Amino acid sequence: MREITYQEAVREAMSQIMRKDERVFLMGEDIGVYGGAFGVTRGMIEEFGPDRIRNTPISEAAIAGTSVGSALTGMRPIMELQFSDFVTIAMDQLVNQAAKIRYMYGGRASVPMVVRAPGGCGTGAAAQHSQSLEAWVAHVPGLKVVQPSTAYDAKGLLKAAVDDDNPVIFYEHKLLYGTKSEVPEELYTIPLGVADIKKKGKDVTVIATSLMVHKALEAAVVLEKDGIDVEVVDPRTLVPLDKETLIQSVKKTGRLLVVYEAVKRGGFGAEIVSSIVESEAFDYLDAPIKRLGGKEIPIPQNPELEKHAVPQTEDIIEAVRSLVRER
Amino acid sequence: MIGLDIEKISESVQASLEDLYYQMWLVRLFDEKVDEMFAKGMIHGTTHLCVGEEATAIGGCAVLQEKDKITSTHRGHGHSIGKGADVNRMMAELMGRETGYCKGKGGSMHIADLVKGNLGANGIVGGGIPIAVGSALTSKMMNTGYVTLCFFGDGAANEGSFHESLNLASIWDLPVVFLCENNQYGMSGSVKEMFHIENIADRAVAYGFPGYVIDGNNIIEVMKAVYDAVERARRGEGPTLIEAKTYRWKGHSKSDGRKYRTREEEETWKKKDPIAYFGRLLVESDRSTQEKLDQLKNKAKLEIESAVEFALKSPKPSLDSLEEDVYA
Repeated sequence: MREITYQEAVREAMSQIMRKDERVFLMGEDIGVYGGAFGVTRGMIEEFGPDRIRNTPISEAAIAGTSVGSALTGMRPIMELQFSDFVTIAMDQLVNQAAKIRYMYGGRASVPMVVRAPGGCGTGAAAQHSQSLEAWVAHVPGLKVVQPSTAYDAKGLLKAAVDDDNPVIFYEHKLLYGTKSEVPEELYTIPLGVADIKKKGKDVTVIATSLMVHKALEAAVVLEKDGIDVEVVDPRTLVPLDKETLIQSVKKTGRLLVVYEAVKRGGFGAEIVSSIVESEAFDYLDAPIKRLGGKEIPIPQNPELEKHAVPQTEDIIEAVRSLVRER
Repeated sequence: MIGLDIEKISESVQASLEDLYYQMWLVRLFDEKVDEMFAKGMIHGTTHLCVGEEATAIGGCAVLQEKDKITSTHRGHGHSIGKGADVNRMMAELMGRETGYCKGKGGSMHIADLVKGNLGANGIVGGGIPIAVGSALTSKMMNTGYVTLCFFGDGAANEGSFHESLNLASIWDLPVVFLCENNQYGMSGSVKEMFHIENIADRAVAYGFPGYVIDGNNIIEVMKAVYDAVERARRGEGPTLIEAKTYRWKGHSKSDGRKYRTREEEETWKKKDPIAYFGRLLVESDRSTQEKLDQLKNKAKLEIESAVEFALKSPKPSLDSLEEDVYA
């Protein structure tokens, strides 16, 4: 099968959906001829025109609110937050409006919109352009939260997100845009709420999200040489969370490491750990659960400092080894 | 002059002028009843009453077509009634009943009726403004020809969402009308304290579309201004900002001692009662009689009483519904 990049997969999904459904359109800053800050929408304005590829002023609250209003009246907007950090400026519309309208209105309305949000660090953009704030939105009932880690997942999950009748926050990791995987040419759907076992293994379960999935896979290759067979599980969507797949994996291996890039304190990894502890998998644990997350600091600019702010492959290798040592 | 204006307006309005008079009473009596029920502990939570502001709610909605939409505010009972809401279901919602517009989950601040084009009240000041812009965007992109009337208060005009939304609506020439009900106070903050300009409508110039100041207690003036703005929007000429000067007779919400204003000021505004003014106009121009107007008021009173009865008889939501309708 042909391989394309994660960035191309996101673009291809949007273009194919838009060719079929006139209700779908894009809104965001510099998404027109510029092609978006990360080039994801490059070429789309040429195909779909400025009416459906809507270049907006720098007004995140209005972009989000306009998405809510258009979704409420029959459209299916996809809005691009130029950096996921800017969710801070769109928060009222996402948290108080989009997430709650259906419930507040007694189920008599729906808000089918997608917020595409490039997140994560590793580009030297420092503290206001490098965060992973997915736990904030995962906390809010009414929102769904997606974090694809591969080009294949990105295309299929974006299709599911646009088809969903609820507001979906779709996190794209900036360092993943250039990564390639096999992606079918035709449109396909990966249902929200289905985790993916990225590598089967029997000794230790590593549940990782977004970029950390790749670091976990790299670590697994090294650990294999030590004779440790790691299972890497990617939840793919945080809300809804496929707890069953995570629980089954832990029951099989008896050891769990959770890895995420967001600040460790209050991060979504804590929710994953709780889900395991509260489940029958608890009785199968042969060692205390370990958790790797970002340091409790803003992301620094200097590349060495930045690298050490979030978990790296070596940290995962070390954590897995110590898990195996424990009895 | 006034007679001529009425003539023009009655041609543009589907409801009769007497019916509008009746609707204004429906709004006032609904809110007065709610006030009374709150005091008796019959309603839980909070509410914001629009007594004194009936002309903007009813006049603004009167010139809309069935297909047009509105976004409303925390002080939204009048807007709902103006857009054709059933007072039974409104009262049921305030009383947290299953038959309410939101099945008892929204209460006073979240009444919506998408079927009638009411996209909802809003508990966040300024929260509805970009939503109105989004609704207008749908109209433009799908070529549906409807206009969205966006109600908001003076307080919302100092929110960032106001600025972002008015600019966006302007650059895209969207069919939306921004109707600011300047009732002089954002909770306790008076417009004199919170603005360094005389008229909020003056801000329209910063977005490149017209802004008008009108007497918000004169329903004829409200209808004229909103009608012209709606037609301009329908022609594809973009938004308009209308500032209707009015006054909230009651406190901001329950338990407001109104220490931030004088009783004299309140009395001055009560003399400009929008319902009494409209009634006089109808009688003086021979469009109605005092007897007929009294009948209409009485009809509204009966309707509110039966709304309370309906709400009281309605079932409370079952606990099974607690986790329903979070997701579609």
